[in-house]
Amino acid sequence: MKQLNSIRDTDPVYNALTYVIASIALLVTLYPFVYIVAVSFSGSQEIYRGEVYLWPVNPTLEGYRQVLNQKGLWTAYQNTILYTIVGTLFNLVATTIAAYPLSRRSFSGRRFCNFFIAFTMYFSGGLIPTYLLITNLGFYNTRWVMIIPTLLSTFNVMVCRSAFSGIPDEVSESAQIDGASDWKIFSRIAIHLITPTLAVLTLYYAIGHWNNFMTPLLYISEARLMPMQVLLRRVLIQASSELMDIGGSSDDRAAVSIQIRYVTIVVATLPILASYPILQRYFVKGVMLGAVKG
Amino acid sequence: MKQTSLYPVQEKPIKKRFVLISVLNRDKYLYAMFLPFLIYYIIFNYIPMTGLVIAFKDFKPGHGIYHGDWVGLKWIIQFFNSPYAYRTIRNTVLISLYQLLFGFPIPILFAVCISEIRQIRFKRIVQTASYLPHFISTVVLVGIIMNFFAINNGIVNNIIEKLGENRINFLINPRWFRTLYVGSGIWSSFGFSSIIYIAAITGIDPSLYEAAKIDGITKFKQVYHITLPMISTTIVILFILQLGRVMSVGFEKVFLMYSPAVYETADVISTYIYRQGIESSSYSFASAVGLFNSLINFSFVYTANRISRMTTQISLW
Repeated sequence: MKQLNSIRDTDPVYNALTYVIASIALLVTLYPFVYIVAVSFSGSQEIYRGEVYLWPVNPTLEGYRQVLNQKGLWTAYQNTILYTIVGTLFNLVATTIAAYPLSRRSFSGRRFCNFFIAFTMYFSGGLIPTYLLITNLGFYNTRWVMIIPTLLSTFNVMVCRSAFSGIPDEVSESAQIDGASDWKIFSRIAIHLITPTLAVLTLYYAIGHWNNFMTPLLYISEARLMPMQVLLRRVLIQASSELMDIGGSSDDRAAVSIQIRYVTIVVATLPILASYPILQRYFVKGVMLGAVKG
Repeated sequence: MKQTSLYPVQEKPIKKRFVLISVLNRDKYLYAMFLPFLIYYIIFNYIPMTGLVIAFKDFKPGHGIYHGDWVGLKWIIQFFNSPYAYRTIRNTVLISLYQLLFGFPIPILFAVCISEIRQIRFKRIVQTASYLPHFISTVVLVGIIMNFFAINNGIVNNIIEKLGENRINFLINPRWFRTLYVGSGIWSSFGFSSIIYIAAITGIDPSLYEAAKIDGITKFKQVYHITLPMISTTIVILFILQLGRVMSVGFEKVFLMYSPAVYETADVISTYIYRQGIESSSYSFASAVGLFNSLINFSFVYTANRISRMTTQISLW
């Protein structure tokens, strides 16, 4: 019987097709990164002549030397790290404190508050009224604008709320009997019970801050406050020559500029790429968290 | 033992006011915890909603948002009388539809493939790699597109030239914009989007497959008759949700990718609002267009949700 099954199980065309598709997916996903790294380590003339496809041609660290010596890069990097760390901290504190009351079934304001925040997911004031409000509140060109307006993501609050709801009632009831106030239950017990969810939320918020481009685009004009993403836009897309400080022929300049750009991509994306293998299961978990209780 | 009487005893209802106060008192810590964030939501979400009134006024800077002359629907009419209304709406809808048409099936296809792979190492590698593009920031993603598809030194054109064809100016030619936009969107999201389908597939009862195998089913038929129907609920929900977002093409990526040369196919409602509002400071006009867009979006999402609820009994609310 087993033999019969295994014969029917092997459909060589199907299996081959599966592996082909998976391999294509793998190639298509990874090749751009491989190419970018290869170019970043290649000689500028070879890049200009289009000789780089997979491996660095004429390996050199010249591009890295130039990019890493730029003060503007380090300022931007510091800003991004600052905004990410401080912002995520604020996000976590705010999200957990806001979500906890919503998760308590006996909370009298539950229906109202849930509706109140859910409504904002479907309708909002739009770009202009929000822009006018935030600038009128004096947030323009301040560091706080990167933290306060994006303090709560309603979706994340809901995920956190679901996580808190998953705590058995007996736990909080027995704490109540022992005389604990809601705040104590929250801070001493509930928080510690949802650490996996907190890990996922930390990740999502952190990545949100790291990649945030809209907020600084709209509200920050001073270079000393700029985060990485705005700098990246200038270098990669608007093809600014600010990261170049060499002479040489215009061909030379074009060649170096391409390399500078690819080096910049590597430098900017490195933290995410490096921490990715370790953190990726949290990413995946995050998807399921949102999907299960929704 | 409770004393029962022959006649029903009229109990005096507890005054509602006292119940309310005692309940508020019991929950006082919870209210205190939520209060700061209630204020946050009011300030950063609800007050901008009231600010939408400038869509109906003639806003002059210095007069304040709530002052200014009432002009009613003037701005909306102006928008629809301009050639940009048709262009932006058309571009928004087309981009969303292309994303739906090409971008929706691919994660499903990928999920089905991955689920069939028996070698765990290879499977894990492919999956992990496929999530990676999702975490590249929009700026870096567009930066990669701009540099890969550049006319002079882009790798894509280098390969095209090597194959003997002429270089194509991808970034200036309006006809390529949607392809680049949707294609790069698929590249960056197919892996991450497939997660939910893979999870759904692993939830399928294996005995269904076994029963079918005894009847001599082929692999392809297995997918068509078992796998896909069993995850159809997930597929339908996600499809309807995406359909509900057809009028809301995100601002960031288009903004980074477009240039005046490709406005014809690239300019969407959100970027038009940005240019009119932030760059040209036509605050009232841009708010009116934005309000129109928000209302349309809301009704689409609402309708999509109603349909989902009617057909599959599963909905957002």
